[in-house]
Amino acid sequence: MEWRRSYGRAPKMIHLESNFVQFKEELLPKEGNKALLTFPFLHIYWTECCDTEVYKATVKDDLTKWQNVLKAHSSVDWLIVIVENDAKKKNKTNILPRTSIVDKIRNDFCNKQSDRCVVLSDPLKDSSRTQESWNAFLTKLRTLLLMSFTKNLGKFEDDMRTLREKRTEPGWSFCEYFMVQEELAFVFEMLQQFEDALVQYDELDALFSQYVVNFGAGDGANWLTFFCQPVKSWNGLILRKPIDMEKRESIQRREATLLDLRSYLFSRQCTLLLFLQRPWEVAQRALELLHNCVQELKLLEVSVPPGALDCWVFLSCLEVLQRIEGCCDRAQIDSNIAHTVGLWSYATEKLKSLGYLCGLVSEKGPNSEDLNRTVDLLAGLGAERPETANTAQSPYKKLKEALSSVEAFEKHYLDLSHATIEMYTSIGRIRSAKFVGKDLAEFYMRKKAPQKAEIYLQGALKNYLAEGWALPITHTRKQLAECQKHLGQIENYLQTSSLLASDHHLTEEERKHFCQEILDFASQPSDNPGHKIVLPMQSFAQLRDLHFDPSNAVVHVGGVLCIEITMYSQMPVPVHVEQIVVNVHFSIEKNSYRKTAEWLTKHKTSNGIINFPPETAPFPVSQNSLPALELYEMFERSPSDNSLNTTGIICRNVHMLLRRQESSSSLEMPSGVALEEGAHLLRCSHVTLEPGANQITFRTQAKEPGTYTLRQLCASVGSVWFVLPHIYPIVQYDVYSQEPQLHVEPLADSLLAGIPQKVKFTVTTGHYTIKNGDSLQLSNAEAMLILCQAESRAMVYSNTREQSSDAALRIQSSDKVTSISLPVAPAYHVIEFELEVLSLPSAPALGGESDMLGMAEPHRKHKDKQKTGHCMVTTDHKVSIDCPWSIYSTVIALTFSVPFRTTHALLSSGTRKYVQVCVQNLSELDFQLSDSYLVDTSDSTDLQLVPLNTQSQQPIYSKQSVFFVWELKWTEEPPPSLHCRFSVGFSPASEEQLSISLKPYTYEFKVENFFTLYNVKAEIFPPSGMEYCRTGSLCSLEVLITRLSDLLEVDKDEALTESDEHFSTKLMYEVVDNSSNWAVCGKSCGVISMPVAARATHRVHMEVMPLFAGYLPLPDVRLFKYLPHHSAHSSQLDADSWIENDSLSVDKHGDDQPDSSSLKSRGSVHSACSSEHKGLPMPRLQALPAGQVFNSSSGTQVLVIPSQDDHVLEVSVT
Amino acid sequence: MAVCIAVIAKENYPLYIRSTPTENELKFHYMVHTSLDVVDEKISAMGKALVDQRELYLGLLYPTEDYKVYGYVTNSKVKFVMVVDSSNTALRDNEIRSMFRKLHNSYTDVMCNPFYNPGDRIQSRWALLPVSDPVQVGPAFCVLLPSFCRTCLAILVAKMQPFGKQGRKGLFKL
Repeated sequence: MEWRRSYGRAPKMIHLESNFVQFKEELLPKEGNKALLTFPFLHIYWTECCDTEVYKATVKDDLTKWQNVLKAHSSVDWLIVIVENDAKKKNKTNILPRTSIVDKIRNDFCNKQSDRCVVLSDPLKDSSRTQESWNAFLTKLRTLLLMSFTKNLGKFEDDMRTLREKRTEPGWSFCEYFMVQEELAFVFEMLQQFEDALVQYDELDALFSQYVVNFGAGDGANWLTFFCQPVKSWNGLILRKPIDMEKRESIQRREATLLDLRSYLFSRQCTLLLFLQRPWEVAQRALELLHNCVQELKLLEVSVPPGALDCWVFLSCLEVLQRIEGCCDRAQIDSNIAHTVGLWSYATEKLKSLGYLCGLVSEKGPNSEDLNRTVDLLAGLGAERPETANTAQSPYKKLKEALSSVEAFEKHYLDLSHATIEMYTSIGRIRSAKFVGKDLAEFYMRKKAPQKAEIYLQGALKNYLAEGWALPITHTRKQLAECQKHLGQIENYLQTSSLLASDHHLTEEERKHFCQEILDFASQPSDNPGHKIVLPMQSFAQLRDLHFDPSNAVVHVGGVLCIEITMYSQMPVPVHVEQIVVNVHFSIEKNSYRKTAEWLTKHKTSNGIINFPPETAPFPVSQNSLPALELYEMFERSPSDNSLNTTGIICRNVHMLLRRQESSSSLEMPSGVALEEGAHLLRCSHVTLEPGANQITFRTQAKEPGTYTLRQLCASVGSVWFVLPHIYPIVQYDVYSQEPQLHVEPLADSLLAGIPQKVKFTVTTGHYTIKNGDSLQLSNAEAMLILCQAESRAMVYSNTREQSSDAALRIQSSDKVTSISLPVAPAYHVIEFELEVLSLPSAPALGGESDMLGMAEPHRKHKDKQKTGHCMVTTDHKVSIDCPWSIYSTVIALTFSVPFRTTHALLSSGTRKYVQVCVQNLSELDFQLSDSYLVDTSDSTDLQLVPLNTQSQQPIYSKQSVFFVWELKWTEEPPPSLHCRFSVGFSPASEEQLSISLKPYTYEFKVENFFTLYNVKAEIFPPSGMEYCRTGSLCSLEVLITRLSDLLEVDKDEALTESDEHFSTKLMYEVVDNSSNWAVCGKSCGVISMPVAARATHRVHMEVMPLFAGYLPLPDVRLFKYLPHHSAHSSQLDADSWIENDSLSVDKHGDDQPDSSSLKSRGSVHSACSSEHKGLPMPRLQALPAGQVFNSSSGTQVLVIPSQDDHVLEVSVT
Repeated sequence: MAVCIAVIAKENYPLYIRSTPTENELKFHYMVHTSLDVVDEKISAMGKALVDQRELYLGLLYPTEDYKVYGYVTNSKVKFVMVVDSSNTALRDNEIRSMFRKLHNSYTDVMCNPFYNPGDRIQSRWALLPVSDPVQVGPAFCVLLPSFCRTCLAILVAKMQPFGKQGRKGLFKL
């Protein structure tokens, strides 16, 4: 049936069940009736009357009476049913066909509501008419019934609300109201509207809760005091019956206690929820209810015997669980453990507290007091309910059994605990499982079964450690310590004790206790003397930092190394440690650069302090323990063309980041604290570690060279050893041995020859000890002097550059050997001293190199020979030194540079000759030059060198030059060559007078053919009739070659021809204009035959054309000796050679820049060719030496004026 | 009137945990730790569906006889757990929510403190257990700096964020 309801509530399909009862006036509800279920909703009058007479006689009266009764009870829901029978109709014909009984009744009673009368015809027949009338009747019946129901229910609800509004009135009773609202709930339940029914109970629940809260706040209702009566019965929830009539009645009688009311309410809610297929909500609500009840009892200050509530809760939990289990299958329960597990753990908790209360947990079993209490508790349970009496596992039975004996309690408690732990574990609530496990462990400890407790404690501890909960860790450790003590796990116990002793969450006394436990054990005389208990160091003390002395952690063999460590003791009391040992691993790394003594001594590391990161033990795996990523870019280029091959990012500390996360087991367990046994130990005995930082110093004498790595730190207290298995970061020190060595090096960048220079001697003693009388024997080099100074001192340093002493140096020189006696120095020291050496300037072999200064380009020639003009000439001196530690002598090469470079030049002026010497200072120093001399070494008496230099002293600055000039004078015929030696004294300009006199700088050279043979004079004349030369017009060039002397020695060569006592020589002249000022027209060169006699003159005319206007220098006129080819070779000439010769001569003429040197070389090449290649029959040219030709017109200029009508404008368009 | 407040790091170690009856500290530690089970359960149950809704409040984690444990999780999976006395019926869901919100704000302030390294335990001496007063939850993390300065630093810190932890340290070189 569709049910439309008031207040806009959604229409619902309902099932309304009705009972038909015979009408009795007593059954009619009286005013203020609260019962809905027995309420008469619809009154039906049935009649079979078909006779008008009968109707008038009896039925009408009867109907009237019925109607009046109904009216009196203000009931408007009625229905009259007239059953028509065909059989009757047949018997009695219808007298009044117009007015049937139906019409009559309708007329009499249903004046407005004609639908209140229904005709049911032939109800027992099976005809369509019958069917129809039945349907019509039933529809009507339903409609009217529902109408009445709705009306009455609405009235009831309104009444109920009115009653609720009165709750502030003094006489109001909750129980009464409870019954009313429950009636409504019953109706809804009957209508199968369980949701609505539940709402009614929830409303009641909330109302009651609110009253309790208000009561707690001091706003108490009178009726509530009734619920505050002491709890006398705690028999738990009863959920097996749909309605617990017993409790309901007690509520009705207002005798229920709070627990009764709550129990009843919950049982009803539970029933409805189960109807609604929501068993999990039952579990959830049950837990809430139980907590709530406990709170409410507290709030209302209801006196409860100890343990009573625990019993009640325990029973209730189990009841709820069993009820749920009863209506669900296994799979459903398994998948919804999350909802029920709370009840399980609550029950476990309660049973535990009951157990403690009743002395069932203690070792000795319950005492009489405990027993009395148990009896009281059991009494409060009352008798078992009949409905559960037959079930073997009823909560009642369980509790009774559990309280009856220690064994039974243990069994039940373990069952429950295990079940709870299992459930928690299965749904992933590991922490909760561990917590229950800890309770269990506590129980086992009480039962003196530590072996069983241990596993639970370990499990819980692991969990707390993994997540870093300090307080629970401490607490669990404490329990574990006790457990381990009972179990006799000495090692584990001591370890836990050490952890606890260092735990700051414990009180000072507790820490001291645990520390004392360790110390007590350590001081016990061990029955097995070799036995050691190895514990991790971390909890005992922490290594904070380490300091090396010497700070670079490098020490020579036999040297003393100090290692000072700071240990932070975690113990609350000072601990006397018998010895602290550092295990050192020794390794020799072959071919390692690190091992070279120089690196070791020179390379200074940090300040020698290594800090150890504080242990982050209490922290679990968090971001702190992981280092930051160290990322670097990486480029890889191909080796051939440097193009980028690959690029990427490298994480430098992958080994830190991808390290296997240490499983938490290793955090706690001493697994693998292995004592390393090594031959190398650093030991420190009898140290008392005060709480906090302690300084411990190890001292060791280095023995074998190599690398020593500090591996383990071990502190022993009696038979207890605290071991730090790995010292990280890696700490190592190096021991080296060193061969004695001698180094000699100049103090300046380069040594200069000629002046005293300082040289530093460094003797690294190494493993050799310098004894008294040990000396260095220097074999003297001839050209190098070792200048002995009286006050020279030697410094002695240790290898770490600390000065240890200085001593005077005794130097003894003989002509071959210089002996330097070394000061006494221990091994691994450095002796340093300086010596002055002087390289004697040996005359550099420059004399043979005839310098052709004055020729066209002399410098170019020099460039070819010496790559750079500023390179100093060097001399090497080798000194062999005999060292006392070796039978072999050490050869040391010292390179000295000559600070000067000297060049010379011959200058002529007509027949007068000058010698110029240029001294160039190549060094960085300034010098003072003095006493310059030029001496003719060949001692020709008629030759005189007249100095034209004014100053005797002359400074020469760094990178500057000084020139000296002498005039050559002679009286007789001059010699063909002149050997000169130039010498100049020099000393460093900056220094004061030197102790020794320095040797002067000398330079020897040779000048040849310096006598002037020819004078060349060129003149340009303007064209005839012109006053000046003009551009573009031909001018005449007149070259006058004059012989200045008669036949001399130098003339005697191939070019000289003799005829009739007259000598003549062939000369070639050439006019070349290098600056392109002149165009030489016609032949620019020619061969002339020059008579060898004084004042013999040859005149040559040539045509030249000036190309530019202005004062133009004259073109050069060059003079060569023309040497004929060897006549011996002429027979072998052939045509080709001649052609070649022509082309060569053409080439020579076309050469713009006939270089004297190139000409000469060409000539020489040809001469060379002619000798080895059957020769070319070609005349040879030989340049006349610079001194033999004097060009008297060099430097003159001719004025050229521009031509008048020559306006050439060159326009270049680009 | 929370009796215990706990801030728990993403990795489930406590960043801050204080309770009023100090003698029972251990009990609360255990309780908060156990409640993480439910927090984890709720977070995983929320899953992806609720990510967008940004409902940080997890509600009642579980009741015990004497206490109610409420949970709250920030977007960075830092958990707040609050233990409230069961008998204190005045605290409804809304009050708890607002307490959590205050707690979250204070936590954010602590994070903004440049002297604080994220992930470290919060060791503020000013945290004088105002848990007894719901209104006073906020200053549980009293931050040393005046507020205007804090704001500036918060901006700075936000800007330094891309540089990670080094950046935060580098801040002091500015």
